[in-house]
Amino acid sequence: MGYVAVKGGTKAIEASIDRLKYDRLKGNEIVEINTILATMRTLVDQVMSEASLYAPFLAALAIKQAGGSMEEAVFLLRAHRSTLPRNYYSETVEVEKMFVERRVSASFKDIPGGQFLGATNDYTHRLLDFNLVEESMEDHEQWLAEYKKGLEGINATEIQYFPKVVDYLRAEGLFKTYPLDDTTPKDVTKESIQFPSDRSERLQVLTRGQTGAVTALGYASLRGYGQVHPTIGEVRVGDIPIHVNHPYEKNQDEEDLFYIGEIKVTEVESFVPVPVKKNDRKEELEFEIGYGISFGQNETKAIAMSILDQCLESPHGEFPTHDEEFVLLHIDSVESTGFISHLKLPHYVTFQSKLDSMRQVKKGGKTNAN
Amino acid sequence: MQTKPHFAFFDEGSKKEIRRATLKAVAIPGYQVPFASREMPIARGWGTGGLQLTLSLIGKKDVLKVIDQGADESVNAVSIKKLVQYTTGVALTDHTAEANIIQSRHRIPEHPLREDQILVLQVPNPEPLRKVDAREYMTKRMHAEDDYSGAWLILFEQIMKYGKMTTGAAHPVYVNGRYVMAPSPIPRFDNPKMYYSDALILLGAGREKKIYAVPPYTNVESLAFEDYPFSKESFKGKQCKLCGAEEVFLDEIINQETGDRTYQCNDTSYCMERLNSAQEKEVESSYA
Repeated sequence: MGYVAVKGGTKAIEASIDRLKYDRLKGNEIVEINTILATMRTLVDQVMSEASLYAPFLAALAIKQAGGSMEEAVFLLRAHRSTLPRNYYSETVEVEKMFVERRVSASFKDIPGGQFLGATNDYTHRLLDFNLVEESMEDHEQWLAEYKKGLEGINATEIQYFPKVVDYLRAEGLFKTYPLDDTTPKDVTKESIQFPSDRSERLQVLTRGQTGAVTALGYASLRGYGQVHPTIGEVRVGDIPIHVNHPYEKNQDEEDLFYIGEIKVTEVESFVPVPVKKNDRKEELEFEIGYGISFGQNETKAIAMSILDQCLESPHGEFPTHDEEFVLLHIDSVESTGFISHLKLPHYVTFQSKLDSMRQVKKGGKTNAN
Repeated sequence: MQTKPHFAFFDEGSKKEIRRATLKAVAIPGYQVPFASREMPIARGWGTGGLQLTLSLIGKKDVLKVIDQGADESVNAVSIKKLVQYTTGVALTDHTAEANIIQSRHRIPEHPLREDQILVLQVPNPEPLRKVDAREYMTKRMHAEDDYSGAWLILFEQIMKYGKMTTGAAHPVYVNGRYVMAPSPIPRFDNPKMYYSDALILLGAGREKKIYAVPPYTNVESLAFEDYPFSKESFKGKQCKLCGAEEVFLDEIINQETGDRTYQCNDTSYCMERLNSAQEKEVESSYA
């Protein structure tokens, strides 16, 4: 009988959990947290980004525990996040102070400060490298030694900070200059999002979004179900320092802030031409910025986010990608995977109820009385 | 690197926030109070709203009962119970009368509830007007403006098309004559149990981030028309094959070999209690 199966209860659950553990252990191999941290950097980045908790060690642990399942690892880290009190908010981060590893612009052939490719898969040929089937530590060491030798003679005397590409265009008057808005951002983890939403809320939900979901909606907008066609002003990847203020003595002096560490982020500024009505009723084109940011290196997601940010800045009835409820309420990994998976729960009471209704209709009951 | 979870999983700040939302919900019967729903160790859609309410309410002396579709032994009910007990160490029970907090998915127990009990219902879709408009911004406005024409129209259209209201579970209710509320989806059979209930009923939707409530002794009416009155699921002439109960919500069970249909109490602990007391009576009478 179908429904008895769901009443296996305690014993069935325990057996199922044992089986899951068996599946993880039966291959007789152990993947160390450090192995994951050292060799699966972008996976760790993606888990931290979707979980919105910057903790590489915990993310690697979650990946190990989840057996490599992305949604499960994000879920574990999010649930862990719920047990942590929020004690501080960081001070505003100046992304100009990023220690840049990679910085490219699609808008100009050359940009002030120069283009830096850094580490990227973009120019690799996606051919399976069968040499990786058998790697040895000796080969690694030898390669690393040679790589370092190649760097000899380059003397880095000081850290170079890069200006934003947009600053250069702003100076030319191609971008509007807005006064700084120092309104305290809302925190979507402390207060659920209400509509119409603030930009601070939108950006938070977008950056926490599932990589695939954010990418898919950004792509849909770009392909035709939206009105945003951006040019990437700048993608930069690197480390930014995080500071907090003293919780009671509000220091005014920047030098007195507490440095609590640095995080790696990908930041994207997309340039989007938007029509603006001028006084003489003529339309003129102006550039607006779509903003994307993601923990770690996840450029596709950050670019897609920058598209969606600009979509939501200009609501448009025709396209779901411009509808804030459509976009923001459906891209969260924990929410979407949770609700889809809940369909596996028994529904025999609700189904019985619907069955009763349908039978009554088939009987042809004219009144509502049964 | 072993760490123990905090009592009832959450940090105290999170519990307070959920309690504040709960108090507001009790003060405005049937109104959906937004809250910053936390991610839980169980999946969204699997009872995280109910679980957050339970964990914010529970104290060391409480006794907890959890049911899923009427059954204490259902896998998800067991999983939730295990989690609450692991983080709090509270006593668990199957007996409805013994529990102070009863967390349930899709059923109100058959055993009448008392003033000193709280029923926590898990809610997947808290918005009764979602079919009227997909946008939260619009449905929130309709509630504020007391505009329930869409809810009435859905029922009216069902009557026009099928000759009767064809709601399954989650037939909408009017709470305290003001807010139209989704009763979590409980079957229509359980809707009348909300009417002037002795126990406080709390409803939690984790994924949709809403808490709402039916305080004790509150008027809760199912939406219906004068000429098309509300009706419960009909189990007329049917009874539980185990305990013989009538006038309870029954599960329909199909015998694979014969194809026969039999019925069983959906509320498993109610059925068990009836069976036990019948047996006791038998024993007593044979000794007399």
